[in-house]
Order: sequence, then structure tokens, then C-alpha cells
Amino acid sequence: MTSTRTAPRRQAAGHLFIAPFMIVFVAMLVVPLAYAGYLSLFREQLIGGTTFVGLDNYVRALTDERLLGGVLRVAEFFLLQVPLMLLLGLLFALALDSGMLWLSRFIRLGIFVPYAVPSVVAALMWGYLYGPEFGPIAQLAGTLGLPAPDLLGGDLMLGSLANIVTWEFAGYNMIILYAALRAVPAELYEAAAVDGAGAWRTAWSVKLPALRPALLMALIFSVIGSFQLFNEPQLMQRLAPSVIDSAYTPNLYAYSLAFTSQDLNYAAAVSFLLGLVIVAVSYTVQLALTRRRT
Amino acid sequence: MTMTRTRWLAAAAAATLFLAGCSGGGGARQAADQPPAAAVSQADIDQAMRTPTELTFWTWVPDIGKEVALFEKKYPAIKVNVVNAGQGEPQYTKLRTALKAGSGAPDVVQIEFQYIPTFTIIDSLLDLRPYGAEALKDKFVDWTWGQVTGKNGEVWAIPQDTGPMGMLYRKDIFDKHGIEPPRTWDEFAAAARKLHAADPGVYLTNLASNQNGAWMGLLWQAGGKPFQMASAQDIDVSVNDEVSKKLGTYWGGLVKEGVIATDPDFTDQWYQALNKGKYATWLTAAWGPVFLASNAKETSGKWRAAPLPQWAAGENKSGNWGGSTSAVIKSTKNPIAAAKFAEFLNTDPESTKMMATEQFLFPPTKALLDDPSFAEQKPEFYGGQTVNQVFAGISDTVDKGFGWPPFLDQTVSDWDETVGKSLADKSDTPAALDQWQQRITTYAESQGFKVAQ
Repeated sequence: MTSTRTAPRRQAAGHLFIAPFMIVFVAMLVVPLAYAGYLSLFREQLIGGTTFVGLDNYVRALTDERLLGGVLRVAEFFLLQVPLMLLLGLLFALALDSGMLWLSRFIRLGIFVPYAVPSVVAALMWGYLYGPEFGPIAQLAGTLGLPAPDLLGGDLMLGSLANIVTWEFAGYNMIILYAALRAVPAELYEAAAVDGAGAWRTAWSVKLPALRPALLMALIFSVIGSFQLFNEPQLMQRLAPSVIDSAYTPNLYAYSLAFTSQDLNYAAAVSFLLGLVIVAVSYTVQLALTRRRT
Repeated sequence: MTMTRTRWLAAAAAATLFLAGCSGGGGARQAADQPPAAAVSQADIDQAMRTPTELTFWTWVPDIGKEVALFEKKYPAIKVNVVNAGQGEPQYTKLRTALKAGSGAPDVVQIEFQYIPTFTIIDSLLDLRPYGAEALKDKFVDWTWGQVTGKNGEVWAIPQDTGPMGMLYRKDIFDKHGIEPPRTWDEFAAAARKLHAADPGVYLTNLASNQNGAWMGLLWQAGGKPFQMASAQDIDVSVNDEVSKKLGTYWGGLVKEGVIATDPDFTDQWYQALNKGKYATWLTAAWGPVFLASNAKETSGKWRAAPLPQWAAGENKSGNWGGSTSAVIKSTKNPIAAAKFAEFLNTDPESTKMMATEQFLFPPTKALLDDPSFAEQKPEFYGGQTVNQVFAGISDTVDKGFGWPPFLDQTVSDWDETVGKSLADKSDTPAALDQWQQRITTYAESQGFKVAQ
């Protein structure tokens, strides 16, 4: 009898605890999303007003070469940048965890600090370093008698952006992986030691498998981050306006459509499609990695 | 890279902005051809200026609180809240969002000349005629008044500062290479070739590949009429006509020859280049001299000012780049006080003088342009030359009939990606003008305009 009396009360308490989150979640995410979805079904013109156009905006987006170009570019960026960044993060985490570094706290902080720098500031700073004539990199090349690399030119821009993003986020991923490493039970190491495993063997056979869930999470975050690339290219646009156009990344394109072209409806459709692409890629990544484990 | 917390927050903020931006949606609000509202009587004006009122004023002019204080001293009942909502585009984006949301827009706002049609097309500016703005016409240089008035004589804003274009040049570099300040564009081209041949590290000028404003000013000088509105929905777009092509062939040619630079302006790279003497001239506006003096200190005393080179010898024409106005937003609850504030700020002798001498805005009022204490300043940076006088003279030579499109952001973005790109890449600039024309036409038609070419 007691159980029937306490069950509803416990339920009410649960709802109460989750309410603040749900309110913010609905107000800040669900409602805007639904509204954006609603908007994407209309077309508003400076002359002629608003008309219902059904899925026209989506049809237009699917055949929009500028959008497609942007999606392919961020996919290329993802393939180029993410493996490098995760590998660096992993190496840093393993090195710190090995306990063989002097000043490890200091080093950990040093690697993490770029993540504390706002990406806007980071992009401005790197933009200065990349400067084709008076930037330090170009000056160094000049001193050595080498031609200055055109880091802001069309060929190298994607690599230059990848460098900034790697610099910003390698430390962040290192912290995630390092935390996962600290959570590995000591018995496993003891067992490995008893079996005669050295440091490398322990890293390969004990630490890496233990890191798999953390790596997967870092990878999924990176998928989302890559496809949403915005701050860095937007700031570099000022330095290299002829290389980075308004459709350089899909996010930048959606922003330009909304705020430059005054086409909120089409921007909403583009944003929705981008969201779908991100969900699809994230899911594929997750599926591929978890299947391999089993 | 990861989905960080800041990104989440930014996304959430964008989502709410988005929500706010759209709730006011609905039908098109075009500026219809309405008869002017009846004039407000002096008694009403007196009454309004004695009634306790709060106004919100969006502006990016630094320290404008000083001028605002003059107004508040004269009309103690009225309090003006000065808000810096960003300079240029960021401010316009916020303004458009507030207008769409139907709340949060200021009473008075700083708007650059070229953006006035972009805001009148969505019917957001108040016609200032009923508040006596027509009577101010003679105080202002003719061309500036043409910029702020509408097709049916509406007065959309009061001019605040201007940017008639001239040429700042490095006298020391010119002297070293025996170059006279060019008076025609032919002489300019010859000087560009000569200078670059003599010193490959130096270019006669930099035509920034990201600066639509300078391009439009040069087109203005050449006599271009790229955007003419026959009515609210009929627009004549001709950015690839004969005049534009002449400009494109000329500049595109010099760029291809490699004798002038095309670095993006207002970047670290560009500031350093100015300081280090990479460019021997800067084709700029009347706000340029003070700007340069504070950003290229290492070159003090070496610069001089002259009018722009001309397309035909003996001509005397210029265009405008930049400058802004004070406009009143239509949704204001205190139109009289707002209109009178915009008027006071830009016509009161003390206020306008302060803007010219403390904020160094180049004045649009005839009184100040003729004022010896302004015109006869001899800044050391320009070797004691009376630079203001040079630009005051140029201001009279700006054509009155130049107009702007009602969707400026898109036009500028398209320029960056066609004409600007052709300059940066040294590709075919006249062909890029055709692309620009095509892009503007496509956009205008998608927005419901009828386009004549």
C-alpha cells in the first residue's frame, strides 16, 4: 500500500527537477526550430509581400550549387583537420598520463590555453601571423631568402583555417581524453604489468581501448563543429575577400542569406538541410565505430 | 573542433534573434507614394519640446555625448540616451531586426547616405517635412541634400558628415622619382607605370579589392548612374554600361599590368603598408586625412592633398565615399522631439563645429566649409597644407544625381564576389562587371522588382 502512495509524489518531484531544463529547451530550441521550419515554407519579397510556397525553398536548396560547394568544402575540411587534431589530442593525453613529463600541470595548462581564447580573437591573431607581406611568417621566409607562402590564398586557405581550429581545440580534446584515461581502473595496469607489458604495450592494449567511448564523443563533436564552421572563415573573409565568398561554408551562406540578402525564409530552409546533413554524418560515424567494437 | 558551450549559446542566441526577427513578418511594407503629412504647427513643436520625453539615439560617433549635451541644455525636458549599436552593417542588422520585431528600434539613428533607400523601401524612415526640414535645404551643400531627399520631395534624414573624394599623395616619393601630382587619369596611369618600374616595392596606389565604397565613389566621379528608381518597384540597373566599362577597363588594366596594388583595406597589412610607404597615394574621402594622420604616424609631414585626377583635362569633378546622416525611425512615439533633435545635432552652429573640430567629421554645411577656423587649419602631418580647404573645394564638384539601390548589402556582397574578385585575381574586370549586373538583376527580380537595363 505504501508504494502506491509514494509513487505519484516521486514522479511529481522528478518533473519539478526537470522543469527548468524543459522550459529553456522548449523556449530556446524547440519553438525556434518549429518557427524556422514554418518560415522555410514561405517567401517574402521586398516588393510583393509574403507568399506560401510549400517546399520550394528546399527544392531550390537541393539544386543550389553554392550550398553544395560549401557542404563539400566543410566535408573536405573535416577529413583534413579532425584526424590531425584528435591524434594530437591523443598524443598529448598519453604523454601527460604516462607520468614521465616534468612540469606536467604547466604543460597541460599550456596546451589547453588556446581553447580559452575566444575563436574570434584566435582568428584575428592568426590572420595577422598569416599576413602575406608584413606578417611574421612572411618576414621569416624573407629573412631566409625563401618566397613567402600565400597562406591567405585560395590554395592554402583551407589548410590555414584547419591550423587555427586545430590550435584552438587540440587542448580541449586532450582534456576529454586525459580525463577518460584517469578513469581507467588501476587493476588493469597492474594486470598488464604482471603480464609483462611495457609502457607502449600498455598504451596500445589497455589505454586505447579504454579511450574508445571518449574518442567517439570527441569525434561526434568534431563532426558537428566542422560542418558548422563559421567564425574563422567569417573573420578571414576580411583579409581575403576574394578567396572566402559568402557561401564558403554552409553556415556562412545561411547567415549571408538571412542578413545580407534579407531572405530569412531561404536561410531557414538551408539551415534545416544543414542540420539534416550533420545528423546523418554524426549517425553514420557512430554506427561505423560502434559496429566495429561488437 | 568541437561543439562548444559558446557555440551552443551563440546558436541559442541566434535562434531567439531569429524568432524576434520574424514575429513581425507579414505583408510587404513598401513606401507608397503618399501625399506629405500636414505640417506641425509651431505651437505643437513648442509644446512637445517642453514635455518630458526620452529619446533613444543609435550612433557610432565617438564622444557624441558632448553634442547631445548641448541639445539637452537647450531643451532640459528632453533626455537623449545615446547607444552605440555597432558601426555600419552591424548596426543596420540590429535595426532591421528591431524593425521586424516591432519593438526596440531607436527614435533617431545614424545612417550612411548609401543606406537610405535600403530603409525607405521597407518604409521605416519618417518624412521630416512636417517638422520644417525643407527649410534647412540651403544650409547644406547641394549634393548632400539630393542624397537625403526622396522622389516626391520627402526629407528622409539630415546630413551629418560627408566624404567627397580626393587624392592624398606622398610628396617625398613623388619628388624622389620626379613625378608631378597627376591631373588626369592618363597621367595617373603613366605615373603608376613609371613609379613601379623605378621601384618595384612601391605602387602608385592601392585599389582595395574589398572596397565597394571607393569603387562607387570613382564611378560617381566618372558620371555613372548605376541605380535609378523610376518608381518604388521599377529600378534601372546599369553597372556594366559605357561609363562603368571605362572604369573597369582602366583599373583592371592597371591591375593586370601589376603597377597598382589591390590589398584589402583597413586590415593590418594595409596599415603597415601605408606606414612603410608601399603606396604613394591613397584615393580617399574627406574623412581620410584625419584618419591617415592617426594611423600612419611614421609618415608625418610627407603627405599632401590634391583633387582626384580627371577623365578629361581641365574638368573638375568628384564623387563621394562615405558620410552619414541622422534619420528618424517612423515608429517613434515622439516624432517632433526626434525630428528636432536630428535637426539640432546637424545644424546648430556649436554642435556642427564640435563635430568638425573634435570628432573630425567632414562637414556638409556651407557655413562651416567657409568658416576660416575650419578651412584654414594647417596640420603638420600634411606639411602645413590647408587640407580642409582642398576638400571643401572638392565638395562643390560632386554630382547631385547619383542614387543608391534599395538593397545595398546584396549589391556590395555581389561586388566583392565579382568585380572585387577580378581585381584581386587580376582577371577580366569588364567581364566581372557583366557578372555583377547579372547578379543584381537576378536578385532584384527575385525580390519582386521590375528591372530595366
